[in-house]
Amino acid sequence: MGQITLQGVQKSFGPVHIIKGADLDIADGSFVVFVGPSGCGKTTLLRLIAGLEDVTGGAILIDGRNVVDVPPAKRGLSMVFQSYALYPHMSVRGNIAFGLKMAGVARDEISRKVEAAAATLNLTPYLDRKPRELSGGQRQRVAIGRAIVREPKAFLFDEPLSNLDAALRVQMRLEVTRLQKQLGTTAIYVTHDQVEAMTMADKIVVLNAGKIEQYGSPLELYEKPNNLFVAGFIGSPKMNFITGEPAHQHGAMTIGVRPEHLKVERDGQGGWHGTVSVAEHLGSDTFLYVDAGPQGMLTARYVGELGLSPGDKVSLIPESARIHRFDDGGKAIRA
Amino acid sequence: MATQQTQLLARTLLTPAVALLFIWMIVPLALTIYFATLHYNLLDPGSESFVGLENFRYFLTDPAFLASLQNTLVLVGSVLAITILLGVPLALLLDQQVVGLSIVRLMVIAPFFVMPTVSALVWKNLLMHPVSGLFAWIAHLFGLPAIDWFNDAPLFSVILIISWQWLPFATLILLTALQSLDEEQKEAAEMDGASALSAFIYITLPHLARPITVVILIETIFLLTVFAEIFVTTGGGPGLQTTNIAFLIYSQALIQYDVGSASAGGLVAVVLANIVAFFLVRIVGRNLEA
Repeated sequence: MGQITLQGVQKSFGPVHIIKGADLDIADGSFVVFVGPSGCGKTTLLRLIAGLEDVTGGAILIDGRNVVDVPPAKRGLSMVFQSYALYPHMSVRGNIAFGLKMAGVARDEISRKVEAAAATLNLTPYLDRKPRELSGGQRQRVAIGRAIVREPKAFLFDEPLSNLDAALRVQMRLEVTRLQKQLGTTAIYVTHDQVEAMTMADKIVVLNAGKIEQYGSPLELYEKPNNLFVAGFIGSPKMNFITGEPAHQHGAMTIGVRPEHLKVERDGQGGWHGTVSVAEHLGSDTFLYVDAGPQGMLTARYVGELGLSPGDKVSLIPESARIHRFDDGGKAIRA
Repeated sequence: MATQQTQLLARTLLTPAVALLFIWMIVPLALTIYFATLHYNLLDPGSESFVGLENFRYFLTDPAFLASLQNTLVLVGSVLAITILLGVPLALLLDQQVVGLSIVRLMVIAPFFVMPTVSALVWKNLLMHPVSGLFAWIAHLFGLPAIDWFNDAPLFSVILIISWQWLPFATLILLTALQSLDEEQKEAAEMDGASALSAFIYITLPHLARPITVVILIETIFLLTVFAEIFVTTGGGPGLQTTNIAFLIYSQALIQYDVGSASAGGLVAVVLANIVAFFLVRIVGRNLEA
C-alpha cells in the first residue's frame, strides 16, 4: 500500500515561504508527477514527503498515518536522486544491498533480493563493478535498483533523468514507466520538463511559486487548464495569449489558443491576418511565428509543409470550441 | 600541438630550470659523499685523509644510531596516529554549521602558522615547565604533584608538541575532503536507514581514505626530519631519549665536530628515507590511483 495525503503542508526557510499550503491526495499505485519552473518548490515538496526536510506546518499521511515526526528511513519510501548519489567505493551489489544491510536483513535474503532487482534492471553482468565503471544509463539503473530492492510504499524520483542525453532520456522514461506499472508501486516524480510530465504521469501536479496550481490527468490539464499559468506551462509550443479587443469579443480579459488549434491559410478569408516573421520547418510540422497586428505575435503549428517563408501573408482561424477564456484574475471562465 | 618544433622549444626553455635544480641537488650530494670518505674533524684541521667506508662503520655501529632510529620511528608513528585519530573527529566537528564557526576554524588552524622554535619554547616554558608552567598549576589545583615533562616523559613531550603543530594540517586536509562529500550521498544513506555511526563507517570513512593517505605521506616526509623542536626543548636528551636521526647527525657534526661521520650519517638517512618512502607508497599509494 502506498497512499499519500498532504494536508496543508507548509515549508519556510526563515522568512521565505517555499511551500504555501499544499493539499494533495495520491492514490495507491498511481504515478504522480510534480512539474513547474525552477524554484517553484517541487523538489522541496518531494523532500518534505521523503523526510529530508521538516515541515513548518500541516500533515503528511502515508496510509493514513501522520509521518511528519517519523525519520526518513522509517517512512517506507525510497528515493532516486538527481546525481544518483551512488556510494563510489561500493560495488553495484554493495550499493543495492546497503539499505537492506542497514535494516539488518539476513545475508542470503539480501543476496536473493539484490539478484532479483539486478535481473529486473538488466544489471546482472555489472554487479561487481564500481559506479565509476558504469555509463550514465547504467548508474541511473543502479540508483533505481537501490530504490526498488527495499520494496517501498512509494518511489520518490528527483529529476532522475536530467543528467542523461536526449536519446537515453526517452528510453529511460519508458523503462521507468514500465517498471512502475509492473511493480504497481506508487511513484512521485519531480521534473521541470513538461514532456516528461505529460508522457509519464497518471496525474500531474503543476506547481508555481509554492502553490499547487492544478492537479489532474495530463489531458485534463491540456484541455481544461484552470488558469493562465497552467495553460502556458502545459503544451509545446506555448499557448498564444491574446488580450484587449479580440478577447473582449469573447467576453474575457484574456483568451488563449494553442498553436495546433490555429488553422493556417495562405491569403485566406476571415480569422486573424498577419505576416510570417519566422518559419521553422521540421518536416512533419511547421511552426510559424506570425505578426498579427492587434493580436500580437502568434505561434501556429501546421501539420506538414505549406511552403511559407518570412514576409508571406497568412490568415489564422482559431477553432472556436478550443478558445480558452480567462478572467482578469487569470482564472479560467468555463461556459 | 605536440609537433617536433614545440617539443624542442619546450625542452630548450625548460633546460635552465632543470639544470639549476640538478646542480642544486648534485653539488651537496657529491660533497657529502666526498666528506663521508674522509677523516675530517673540525677540531683537527689540516689532517683530512681518505678512510674509505670507515665513517659508515663507525656511524652504523654506534649504539646511538639504533636508539635514534627507534626514536625516529616512534616519533613519526605516534604523531601520525595522534593527528589522524584526532583530526578526523575535529574535522567532523568543524564541518557542522554552528554560530561563530569561522573564528573556531581560524583558531584550530593557527598552530600551523607558529614557527617550530616558537611553539617549542612556548610549550617548554609556559605550559610544561614543572615550576611555572600551566600544567603544573593545573596539577596543583587538584592537589597533584607537578610533572617534570622533559625529564619524566621526554619523547612523549616532544611527540605532544609536534602533534599539536601538525594536527591543524591533518584537520584542514580532512575538513576540505569532508566538504567535498556529496550531500545527496549522505541523504541517500539517511533514506537507506543508516544511523549516524553506520553512515560514518560506510560512507564518510571510505571517502576520507584518500585524504588520509595524503596526510600520511606529507607528514612522514616532514616528521622524519624533525629538528627544531628537539633542539629547543630537550637537546636530544636526557641521554639519547629524544635523539632522532636528524639530531644525531647534527650532534656528530656540530657537537663532536666530526664532519666525516656526520656526512656518512646523512647518506644513511637518505637511504632510510627512501626505504620508508618505498614501503609507504607501496602500502598507501594505491589509494591515490584514480
